[in-house]
Amino acid sequence: MSEEIVSELMRAHVYRLASSGQRVDGRALDEPRKLSVERSFVKTAEGSARAKLGNTDILVGIKMSVGEPYPDTPNTGVLSTSVELIPMASPTFEAGPPRPDAIELARVVDRGIRESKMVNMEKLCITPKEKVWIMFIDIHVLDYDGNLFDACSYGAVAALSSAIVPAKNAGLGDDFPLPIEHWPVSVTTAKIKDVLLVDPSLDEERMADGRLTVTTDENGDIRAMQKGLSGSFSYDEVKRIIETAQRVGRGIRPLLHT
Amino acid sequence: MEDVEHIEKGMKLIRADGRRLDGRKPDELRPIRIEAGVLRRADGSSYIEWGGNKVLSAVYGPREAHPRHLQDPARALVQCRYNMAPFSVSDRKRPGPDRRSVEISKVISEAFSAVVFSEQFPRTSVDIFIEVLQADAGTRCAGLTAASVALADAGVPMRDLVTSCASGKIDGVVCVDLNKDEDNFGDADCPMAIVPRTGEVVLLQMDGHLTYDEFQKAMDLSIGATRRIYEMQRDALRRRYSVTLEDILKEPAPAAQREEAEPPLSQDDFGPEGM
Repeated sequence: MSEEIVSELMRAHVYRLASSGQRVDGRALDEPRKLSVERSFVKTAEGSARAKLGNTDILVGIKMSVGEPYPDTPNTGVLSTSVELIPMASPTFEAGPPRPDAIELARVVDRGIRESKMVNMEKLCITPKEKVWIMFIDIHVLDYDGNLFDACSYGAVAALSSAIVPAKNAGLGDDFPLPIEHWPVSVTTAKIKDVLLVDPSLDEERMADGRLTVTTDENGDIRAMQKGLSGSFSYDEVKRIIETAQRVGRGIRPLLHT
Repeated sequence: MEDVEHIEKGMKLIRADGRRLDGRKPDELRPIRIEAGVLRRADGSSYIEWGGNKVLSAVYGPREAHPRHLQDPARALVQCRYNMAPFSVSDRKRPGPDRRSVEISKVISEAFSAVVFSEQFPRTSVDIFIEVLQADAGTRCAGLTAASVALADAGVPMRDLVTSCASGKIDGVVCVDLNKDEDNFGDADCPMAIVPRTGEVVLLQMDGHLTYDEFQKAMDLSIGATRRIYEMQRDALRRRYSVTLEDILKEPAPAAQREEAEPPLSQDDFGPEGM
């Protein structure tokens, strides 16, 4: 995702500002970009949301269908998350099968939702061992301007919270909203040399040495983490990043509620 | 369904005496055995047995990166391929990369990129192969720990070895190095990898449910465990490469050695067909 080259001038500028606690777009180091969420954007989907984090723009659709459960979880629904980095979203995205970047992104978003038990999957069981609801989270990246991890996660959470299970069409009683029980919020911090920046912009992300995504729930407990890129973090930095994720997450969570 | 429910809800993972089902204490690792230099063709290799895990690792390179358009004119690519053999798990795994192994390959590549002196080898790739032959939870940590030894065995310049271990939570107790059952029925799993000399965290993942305090406890357990594993890695390399005075004395004198190595040909050296 970060194949474009950042000029040395920009690198120096971003770092010089960051080391004095400032950023190119005027944000504080621990301040995310403005998030706006538009729910129910696509009527053909069971639930959907368009999330804009700064200029990063993504669209998430939830589709539900009836299928077989996995043999080792016979009484829980199935969750499947995919991300498409479509070529229109960035000059560096290419058509074709998902590359490792997109796979990691989808799996990290999936992990936040799955591990926080946001949706009570046991309530999506129709007949144990035979029939359960399968929930597809399909994420379309429309405009890539940095930090897809958080944008996709916010979009997915918002879309899930607006989804209605189409039980009537399937001949299974009345439609019902997805059983939402928790509110995971993912907060990604990038590290440039020795500076930590929350919600990296495109330039910040492209010159970052390390990245750490922390998903916390409404109690501030940690539900998922993923470190990325080839840089490293000290244990103290990891702790600081988690504390920031808890704090920033508290600010973002209300924006994801209906 | 009742069976599964029984296991999920009723299975206790911590015994009354505070030990785990396999008898370990919360901070106790499974037995680990590492061997360096186990493959002939690879530039470096190693084999690790970690509890029920059996993992082989090989390193090739630095060698010319292919395809060429992937080459980086400034540094070597550090590329890892983590793969599970179809017979390594109880239900046969379909051969080839799945999404899980693509992700694991990526995070392990990134972890090693942090320590390999890649600027010394522009346009090349350092290819790390991890084959899980038998899996029992914690394969990425075992694979990473083994690959680190294989990199050293290949003579790839690095700032330090990388050492990996996971901690998690089972029955509400934070424990190090979860086994299969503990991983399946536990509450959280948090694999990490560290550069022991500097304490830098180069791999960190987590899934499940940990409070901030529990996370710190898990990290402390993992860091303690990596110190022990680091010694085992170094020991494997020492066993492979150390030369003792005894070895030197045992070696025959150069002249005698040449004679022993190449005895004069005789008629008996050729088979009945005269070849």
